[in-house]
Amino acid sequence: MTYITKPKFHHPALPKNTLGYTHRDYEGKISTLCAGCGHDSITASIIEACFELAIEPHLVAKISGIGCSSKTPDYFLNASHGFNSVHGRMPSVLTGANLANRDLIYLGVSGDGDTASIGLGQFCHAMRRGVNMVYIVENNGVYGLTKGQFSATADRGSKSKRGAVNTDAHIDLVAMALQLGATFVARSFSGDKEQLVPIVKAAIEHKGAALIDVISPCVAFNNHAGSTKSFDYVREHNEAVNRLDFITGRSPITVAYEPGSVEVVEQHDGSKLVLKKVAADYDAHDPAGAMAFLQHHAAKGQIVTGLLYVDREPEDLHEHFNTIKAPLNTLTEKELSPGSAALEKINASLR
Amino acid sequence: MPAKAPISSVNDFVVRFANVNGSGSASANELFARSVLRMGIPVAPRNIFPSNIQGLPTWYEVRISEAGHLGARGGTDLMVAMNPQTWDKDIASIEPGGYLLYDSTKPMPSAKFRDDINVIGVPLTAICNREYTDPRQRQLFKNIIYVGALSALIDMDVGAIEKLISEQFKGKEKLFDANKHALHLGRDWALMNLECPIGLRLEATDKVGDRIFIEGNSAAALGAVYGGATVCAWYPITPSSSLADAFTGHCRRLRVDPETKQNKFAIVQAEDELASIGMVIGAAWNGARAFTATSGPGISLMQEFLGLAYFAEIPAVLFDVQRAGPSTGMPTRTQQCDVFSCAYASHGDTKHVLLFPEDPAEAFEFGAQAFDLADRLQTPIFVMLDLDIGMNHRLCRPLKWDDNRKYDRGKVMTAADLDAGKEFGRYLDVDGDGIPYRTYPGTHPSKGAFFTRGTSRDRYARYTEEGAPYADNMQRLLRKFETAKNLVPRPIRKDAGKPTKYGVIYYGSTSPAMNEAIHMIEAKGRPLDMLRIRAFPFHQDVPDFIADHDYVFVVEQNRDAQLRSLIVNECGIDPVRLIPILHYDGTPITARFIAREIADDLEALKVTPLRKVVS
Repeated sequence: MTYITKPKFHHPALPKNTLGYTHRDYEGKISTLCAGCGHDSITASIIEACFELAIEPHLVAKISGIGCSSKTPDYFLNASHGFNSVHGRMPSVLTGANLANRDLIYLGVSGDGDTASIGLGQFCHAMRRGVNMVYIVENNGVYGLTKGQFSATADRGSKSKRGAVNTDAHIDLVAMALQLGATFVARSFSGDKEQLVPIVKAAIEHKGAALIDVISPCVAFNNHAGSTKSFDYVREHNEAVNRLDFITGRSPITVAYEPGSVEVVEQHDGSKLVLKKVAADYDAHDPAGAMAFLQHHAAKGQIVTGLLYVDREPEDLHEHFNTIKAPLNTLTEKELSPGSAALEKINASLR
Repeated sequence: MPAKAPISSVNDFVVRFANVNGSGSASANELFARSVLRMGIPVAPRNIFPSNIQGLPTWYEVRISEAGHLGARGGTDLMVAMNPQTWDKDIASIEPGGYLLYDSTKPMPSAKFRDDINVIGVPLTAICNREYTDPRQRQLFKNIIYVGALSALIDMDVGAIEKLISEQFKGKEKLFDANKHALHLGRDWALMNLECPIGLRLEATDKVGDRIFIEGNSAAALGAVYGGATVCAWYPITPSSSLADAFTGHCRRLRVDPETKQNKFAIVQAEDELASIGMVIGAAWNGARAFTATSGPGISLMQEFLGLAYFAEIPAVLFDVQRAGPSTGMPTRTQQCDVFSCAYASHGDTKHVLLFPEDPAEAFEFGAQAFDLADRLQTPIFVMLDLDIGMNHRLCRPLKWDDNRKYDRGKVMTAADLDAGKEFGRYLDVDGDGIPYRTYPGTHPSKGAFFTRGTSRDRYARYTEEGAPYADNMQRLLRKFETAKNLVPRPIRKDAGKPTKYGVIYYGSTSPAMNEAIHMIEAKGRPLDMLRIRAFPFHQDVPDFIADHDYVFVVEQNRDAQLRSLIVNECGIDPVRLIPILHYDGTPITARFIAREIADDLEALKVTPLRKVVS
């Protein structure tokens, strides 16, 4: 429970990152989710990614909606400000926060109910505006807190724990993000930390709207036979198109990759994404191709994972707005009030 | 010969233009109003327009009042009837002895007129057709031609009109010449063919002084600029859209960094009102000053978020430009009908701060002050405008700004405070005023971070569903609301010269009509003390004022006496003592209406003649 204090004891031999922080410095309170919940694995991946990137924890704002997934920002980055807002409305709160201070890193955490049902509109508009954020959907196809109703990402034909069959078509958030102009689109699996951690790192460094749809099985309500979001089902049907290594700008590529098997994508800040191709014909810079690939594999019942699309030249909302470099929340009356002389001129023009 | 003597009046009459919307009449009509103003005579114009872009009836009413009455008066002395669709209704609305100016190109059957009005025909279409071949020009210049005819008929200063045209078309000589030419076509025709001036006429005076002529929405937006708003998120809705548009315009002129050409503002046209208020709350949580502009339906959509902002204590500023509800209601008609839905917005126990500006000058002042109040009180602040103030040009005192004024950012703990060892509890009432300290995200590497949530929590922002901390927090929120009473603009009391047992409470756009009505009521020997409420929560002055009187009229522009109920509820007043005076047909309230209603009620109350009241 959240009111049980986590011991602050640090083992002296814990590895430290370049800022001198250990893993523990990126942790949050003890999770109150069910034992074995996929969401806790995602939390662990976020912690790992932030640790490896050596991010100052307090320079992250973690914002969520309502639901099991939206509780998780309390379980990582204790030194960050968090905002557990309104069901389905994380994107607008995050957009506003981002406008107020462009210098922080924005982690938006949401679920499939929060994003694909009640919050579908806000999800779409945050993507199309290019808000510089990491939008993580912890996708289990089910409403956990209200005990097992289907969500809008549940596949048609999948079975609920009580045996009901879902007859509605599912919403594919990855396909939607591609269509809406997100500049970084990935899908992963909570059970595949090796794949997920570098994707989270790359998404954090990406300067634009980054969606990560993480299939995250619900052990309480959606992990049975007949579910298409169970651990077993996802493991069996996972079709990874690539594997990612994330290399920060300062480090040279030291790993020897087999020639022709990798693509290096240089980001604006100099960091590099090393895409290790699994599907040889997959092009991660072609949204139309990605869409066709997704649909083709979905028809075969496969879940395509990996970094599915990345724009090499992303733009974000601040660029579109041409806002000044200084965060808007640092401006004072000196910069913001045009003063009495300007007002006198305005008065004169209104006579 | 009219059966009634023609109305004769200098500098005190109402001209009404009946047009078809989309015909380009608006700028000609505004030119007329501004020209009167340039003659030093106060005017109060009002747009009466449909929720439509082209083809439906629209009216522009100009009240000319040397005495400075800026409320709607009711009735029309001179009708400029340019819309055949509304002809019958327009003719019927002319005061007996009044005047009708119409396009006499085609003969009209005499049954279409009244015999107690003065009919003035000007062959506008014929003049246009003779002069212009382009249909668009024929249409547009017809409007200027009737202004020209009017200038002769009511003895306007033609130089003032020409000067306004030249200012409007500065650097566009061709357009200036064309408009001036059209103006004189109408003026010369009238001078040559009609008896000028008629009984209604203007005389230059100096009653305008240094006052300015501005729409409330534009003034409120300017208040937001001066008040330091950097983030605006909004969704188009009449009658508030022009506020966001004005903010955009003001920012482009006043808020672009001169060196880098980069913007010191961010304006998002959101996907809906839910997103608008969400962005405002996100931005304000992160330490920027943020606002939205909306109207009643938008307020309804924002309810859930408003509860979050109240409970999680996040500053937000909302400009609610009220229109007639419920539902889509009358989107282009005015009302003061959102008092309840704003004062108690959202589920659970909530109360919000409302400000009621009376005119554009106050819209500017409250518009700026709202941001200080939001930061100080860490809660949503509603600036309650309405269509009448927001979308009409109103004469008001010049806008003022003190260059020494500092923004009140409220209780914000800095990194230095935290390093100095100050105790931080996000919901800890350190000062006893119910207002806790907050930190902005990113303040300090290891201190001051907290988790903002709409769920219950203790004084240190830790999640809890325990009853005692919940109740403790709800009580503190009440203390905070109590603190607000002395921070918001105080009511303004104006006592009658003589003792009276009767008072009147009013607010917002009712002001000019009430100020005029009070003289009419007093002229009947019935003095009334006045209290103009400028904010909720109510200052102690409000119950005190009611206690000083046997009966108090509460004048408002809604059906359900919303402010009256709020007073009854919040101040524990016996409802019998508050007599509602309600105007809610979507037109702005008039002095005539208020005076008549109050007089009737006083009659019913069997008012003791004044001389016997004196103690």
